[in-house]
Amino acid sequence: MSRSLPVLVVLGLICVIWYAGTVWLNAQWVYDQAERAGTPVTFTEMVPQTMAQERPLLPPPHQVAGELWDGIAGQPVTSKRSLVYHAFKTLQATLLGFGMGIALGVGLAVAIVYSRTMEKSVMPWAIISQTIPIVALAPMIIVLSDKAGIDGKMIPKGIISCYLSFFPVLVGMVKGLRSPDAMQLDLLSTYSASGFQNFLKLRLPSSMPYFFASLKVAIAEALMGAIVGELPSGATEGLGARMLVGSQFGRPLDMWAALFAAAILAGMLIVLVSWLERGLRRRMGVVG
Amino acid sequence: MSKARENWIAVLGGTGLIAAIYGFVALDNQVAQTILLLLFWFNMWFHNVQIARMKPLSRREQRVQSLIVPTIFGLTVLMLWEASVGILNVPPVILPTPSVIGAKIASSLDVLWVDFVATFVTGALTGFIIGCGAAIAVAILIDRSPFLQRGLLPVGNFVAALPIVGIAPIMVMWFGFGWESKAAVVVIMVFFPVLVNMVAGLAATDRMQRDLMETYAASYWQTLVKLRLPAAMPFLFNGLKIASTLALIGAIVAEFFGSPIYGMGFRISTEVGQLGLDMVWAVIAVAALAGSLFYGAIALIERRVTFWHPSQRK
Repeated sequence: MSRSLPVLVVLGLICVIWYAGTVWLNAQWVYDQAERAGTPVTFTEMVPQTMAQERPLLPPPHQVAGELWDGIAGQPVTSKRSLVYHAFKTLQATLLGFGMGIALGVGLAVAIVYSRTMEKSVMPWAIISQTIPIVALAPMIIVLSDKAGIDGKMIPKGIISCYLSFFPVLVGMVKGLRSPDAMQLDLLSTYSASGFQNFLKLRLPSSMPYFFASLKVAIAEALMGAIVGELPSGATEGLGARMLVGSQFGRPLDMWAALFAAAILAGMLIVLVSWLERGLRRRMGVVG
Repeated sequence: MSKARENWIAVLGGTGLIAAIYGFVALDNQVAQTILLLLFWFNMWFHNVQIARMKPLSRREQRVQSLIVPTIFGLTVLMLWEASVGILNVPPVILPTPSVIGAKIASSLDVLWVDFVATFVTGALTGFIIGCGAAIAVAILIDRSPFLQRGLLPVGNFVAALPIVGIAPIMVMWFGFGWESKAAVVVIMVFFPVLVNMVAGLAATDRMQRDLMETYAASYWQTLVKLRLPAAMPFLFNGLKIASTLALIGAIVAEFFGSPIYGMGFRISTEVGQLGLDMVWAVIAVAALAGSLFYGAIALIERRVTFWHPSQRK
């Protein structure tokens, strides 16, 4: 209780500020309408009208929640109006990119740990690759994969996710694979363990805490990559496309609902990774 | 680094390079060219391995080594790119060569400069400064209330993990197509990572150090300025580095949702539509350069400010 109370208070505060902002931002529209109709409104009449507009500048939380609920539960999941459907499309690309990112990150990390040349020549470029704004590359990747005869939007989106998510994995795994100390490595030498056994029984297990710490960052980045990948592609499916369409057709409620659906998806993915981590830790015999 | 070995490597590397380029130009056979290209690659790789294996003696040699190896790697990739596009006859509509992109950059410097100023300086940089400033101020404010801290930190951590780029269309709706909407997206994107890091940084001093300040009868502000802010700097710079890459992403994404007729995001989306891929790559190169320099500048300031931190020791 002592831990959740402050969080609840902060969330409550955010809601209060949000409602105040709703009234403040949407009031102008109500006053304009009233002036056009020639019926002046008082403040108490104005407030409820700011809460239920068709195209509000800032929809109040309950309106967003209603739209979100309608998008999630109010539609059949196969419908194009269902947020579950769009979230699933984004999730597919996210997981594809996440998987590729893990493979690439772990592979590079192993190469870097075992080869000095790889470390010296690849590591600086890996760092530079992350300072390049991926969104600049995104349209390019989409056009290229289109030209290369890959149909569907999933693979280009996955590549963008992979580009963003491999880096945390790489950094975490390099750190993790190097975390066994000289004493432990010496012990394995006295067992006359081969290089592969050394890797499998010492380096890999001791890198797991680092691995999962970076997975949590990587999954968030992968989701962001998938959403960004939907923006310039003219995609019609996915949460990013939903935002784009909402923006082009002036439907702010759609944008807000898609934004919150993305937030919920991100939260679920992070919880999922934490679960996996806990399960693995238990199997490895690490308590707590 | 032994002198004799160093000379050998220079001679061999140079000869191999010249032979490869000469052979590449002279031969007109796809298979031969491919083989030559592979030889060139192995040659470069071999020498990179040699250089990376050298045990540098002085610090200066060490620095030169850690600069040369990635440079050779990068140049090799560029040359492989250039050559394989030629060999495989990849149409420039799909993948222009680095030389074509370089020529495009040189011939359209004025356009690129206008885009750069619009997106980077007025969009990303303004937003970065406002957002980071606000985050630092809020962190110092809530630092005085443990209650707020315990409430805001989990929320901030969660929000920092969300795909906040999604806020871009809403900001464009609020602030219009001008630079204000780009800056607003950047402000929101950089705010939470910096806030979370700064709060953690302000908590980084230990009991003993704060007790010491107490025995000096230091006031709250003196403790803040002389002990806690300096101690928070490594954490703050961590956040700033994350924010620097987010800032450019935010500014460019916001341009996808609406922009004036210039800006890097605008240029990319229109040129992709017209299949002017050389221009797209030129903008990407500018973005990459700007992003790297921005990151580098922050890393440099970090080294100056947190010279005392173990991670900065050589």
